[in-house]
Amino acid sequence: MESLNPPPPLRRIDPVRTPTVPPDASVPQVPEPLPAPVSRDGASEPTRERMRCERVTIAYGGKIAVNAVDLPVRQGEVLALIGPSGCGKTTLLRSLNRLTELTPTAARGGRITLDGQDIDELEVTHLRRRVSMVFQQPNPFPMSIYDNIAYSLREHGEKGRRRPRRAELEPQAIEALTRAGLIDEVGDNIDHPALRLSGGQQQRLCIARALAAHPEVLLLDEPCSALDPRSTSVIEELIGRLKLEVAVVIVTHNLQQARRIADRAAFMYLGELIEYDFVERVFNAPRAQRTRDYVAGAFG
Amino acid sequence: MSATASAPVSRTRPRESAATWPLADRLGLAMCWAAGMFLTLAAAGIVVFMAIKGVQYLKLSLLFEHPTAAVDQSQAGGFLDPIEGTIALTALGTLIAAPIAIAAAIWLSEYGRPVGLARLVEAGVDVIAGVPSIVLAIFGLIVFSKALFAPLSISTQGVASYGRSFLIAGITISLVALPLIVGATREALQAIPSHVREASYALGKSQATTIRHVLLPSVRPGIATGIALGMGRIVGDTAIAIVLLGNTLQNQPGSGIWPFDYLRGTGSTLTTYVYNNSPVGEGNAPQKAYAAAFVLLLVVLFLNYSVDRLARGGRQVTAWSR
Repeated sequence: MESLNPPPPLRRIDPVRTPTVPPDASVPQVPEPLPAPVSRDGASEPTRERMRCERVTIAYGGKIAVNAVDLPVRQGEVLALIGPSGCGKTTLLRSLNRLTELTPTAARGGRITLDGQDIDELEVTHLRRRVSMVFQQPNPFPMSIYDNIAYSLREHGEKGRRRPRRAELEPQAIEALTRAGLIDEVGDNIDHPALRLSGGQQQRLCIARALAAHPEVLLLDEPCSALDPRSTSVIEELIGRLKLEVAVVIVTHNLQQARRIADRAAFMYLGELIEYDFVERVFNAPRAQRTRDYVAGAFG
Repeated sequence: MSATASAPVSRTRPRESAATWPLADRLGLAMCWAAGMFLTLAAAGIVVFMAIKGVQYLKLSLLFEHPTAAVDQSQAGGFLDPIEGTIALTALGTLIAAPIAIAAAIWLSEYGRPVGLARLVEAGVDVIAGVPSIVLAIFGLIVFSKALFAPLSISTQGVASYGRSFLIAGITISLVALPLIVGATREALQAIPSHVREASYALGKSQATTIRHVLLPSVRPGIATGIALGMGRIVGDTAIAIVLLGNTLQNQPGSGIWPFDYLRGTGSTLTTYVYNNSPVGEGNAPQKAYAAAFVLLLVVLFLNYSVDRLARGGRQVTAWSR
């Protein structure tokens, strides 16, 4: 068991310097980091607030799962939601693109904004194209790798839109696979069935699929918990690069992972937000006793 | 680990002999074994007997000759028309049942609101599944003999309906296949984990888009299994074919343009042909009954084999973890 006594103060760890597995020819090589971020409207400041939760409360059939949470989501950094099982972190994550509405008994109070606009005022399908999500279990659709991404790119249900041709979509599909670091492994056979890929590759395909429509916020619900350590490290490096282009929110049970990849962490307990701060402060100098106990492994 | 390895480890003992069991358990085991052997023998008996009889009387010419009424069996032709009839009736019944069954299964599995209505639809499907096909046949005869349905069969100036034709038998026999296709499709839909649906919603897709582009492709093997099962039932059904197909020796087209003349006309299937040529039927030509029954058995065994293959394929394709 690793000691959890105060580790040396750490700023973000250079992903290249900390391989969690020894270098191996079979480990997929991640492409060079992308150039400096330039957001779509031309601004280039590294962090910018994209979403904000204001007094967000979510209940399932009268049982409160998330209680009056205020939380900003910034582009240019990774926000980790941590806390013991059942603390409401996944519920909070799902509320950011209104997936909680799929549960008939769920009800939400408070306000969530995307670039200052209330997400309840947005068309839900438009919101979810801007705020996309990757799930715990890799879930490619039972079609080819290319079709998985093309499905995400097509704007179904928009009246008067003709179905785009493959020649138009394929460059975008290749780009999405490149961003997700999967192109070197599947570039030659993007017409193969997606469900034949390994678990880690499937999960990166799901990330590519989510990235293809150029979302502004990417929600990750324990994206590595079903994967082996190698695939996990590949995806962690990927997340480190993605945060420059999209705001990333990740739910994780793995505290080591939160320390490795997150810039800020939000600790939740029994539906309440106990602490929100830079990740090193949450882990090294937490203000609340609950946080201190949790990050020290006292409960969870 | 090494500590436990050096300790005396109790290995799995050799399988306990049934001879040491109590008498009741031994009797139970013997009965289970006997039941399994009985079923195997019964299946083998049917196949072997029909194969011997069938091969004995089956001539290639029987498959390509129209049947004719003749006292001398060597002049009575083959069973080309019943083979055509079986194919036509199965195709028609399946084409009618499949879209309705798939739509009903999607509604039940993906919408199903209000709950009371969904229960009612479920009960309806169960009732249809439980009604004996002879009852469906008599019901069809009553309904389709109404003048309203005269266009569906050979009719007298459109005022009276004969109530017997490929169309009428096809519509009625679709009810035999329908519950099987509903069941297989629902089962396949319910086997898709909810996070797969949510993944589609999370990409900004509507429920309709998700059903059409994600769920339907995923359940295709399940639907195919249901359709193959349903076809097997239609091929083997006798009651509806006898009552509603007119039971004519040759396929008798009605009036109109092809293929509607054919579909409005009467005919027979392999099952009715076997029935009529068996000792209880008026044809009483058991050799031909054996030959036709053998062909029928081959068709049904092929459909069963397809079901098995399709079901296996389905497990590979929808291999998500939950």
